[in-house]
Amino acid sequence: MAILLYRIDDRLIHGQVVVGWGQPHDIRFLVLVDDLVASSDWEKELYRMAIPPEMEIHFADVETAIREHARYASDPRPGILITGDVTSMLRLVRGVKAIGSVNLGGIHHRAGREEKLRYVFLTPDEAEQLRALEASGVEVTAQDVPSARARPLAEVLDGVSK
Amino acid sequence: MSESNDAETEKPKAIVVGHGEFSAGLVSAVGQICGLADKLVVLSNTGMAPGDIEAAIRFQLVRTGARVIFTDLPGGSGTIAARRIAKENPDLVLVTGVNLATLLDFVFNSAGTPEEAARAAAERGKASLIVIERG
Repeated sequence: MAILLYRIDDRLIHGQVVVGWGQPHDIRFLVLVDDLVASSDWEKELYRMAIPPEMEIHFADVETAIREHARYASDPRPGILITGDVTSMLRLVRGVKAIGSVNLGGIHHRAGREEKLRYVFLTPDEAEQLRALEASGVEVTAQDVPSARARPLAEVLDGVSK
Repeated sequence: MSESNDAETEKPKAIVVGHGEFSAGLVSAVGQICGLADKLVVLSNTGMAPGDIEAAIRFQLVRTGARVIFTDLPGGSGTIAARRIAKENPDLVLVTGVNLATLLDFVFNSAGTPEEAARAAAERGKASLIVIERG
């Protein structure tokens, strides 16, 4: 499968994605799955300008990403798929049924969320969705950059290692 | 930040946004070289949600009246946030890929508009990136 990483990151495309993961893995395409971005030409242009010229970017809402996933996955080049929230990734995983692992890359503080790691804050509902994801056979780990240790979901939810 | 020699303290002219301690380091270097670090505001995006980065930049723009934002990386979350703000504020100038030579030129430029100063500083910054081979 050409998609090396399925990442949940509320910053969507930023330095850790483009450079931190992009350079060591020679990432050649990104799939940005976000209903809001996919519906706005301005938002698409904003993120298009944020990536280096050697990278291609696809924009899709969740439903489109489910339909197009086989095409993304058959691309021989290495790629990263990103959603901005847990719910979108859960919908995608359930719709595609071919995603084996999910990376928690950045879910930051907002009202109702509790700190689990310095870059992962979750509401009780989001934690439950991640548990459901793992119960369905998907490996869920938190890892902001490639040089960091991938922390299993159980460890993340314990919130013991900050 | 180091102290200015001017009797009257001038307001900061630009906000410098970057990853980790990048901005603090650059602005500290400006202070060490020429004592004009107080013309710049340091902002780190570390650990911040996209909306919080945007809010922090907006706050500093209002507080200081600065019309120029420097960011470190074209694809960084600071740049994305700054571009959202610039969309609503056409008189704001955003320069991404900032380096020390850029900031040194900018803090010394007292002539012209913020846009002219930012443009000249960006040119100086680009020109300072040199590959020196065979000593």
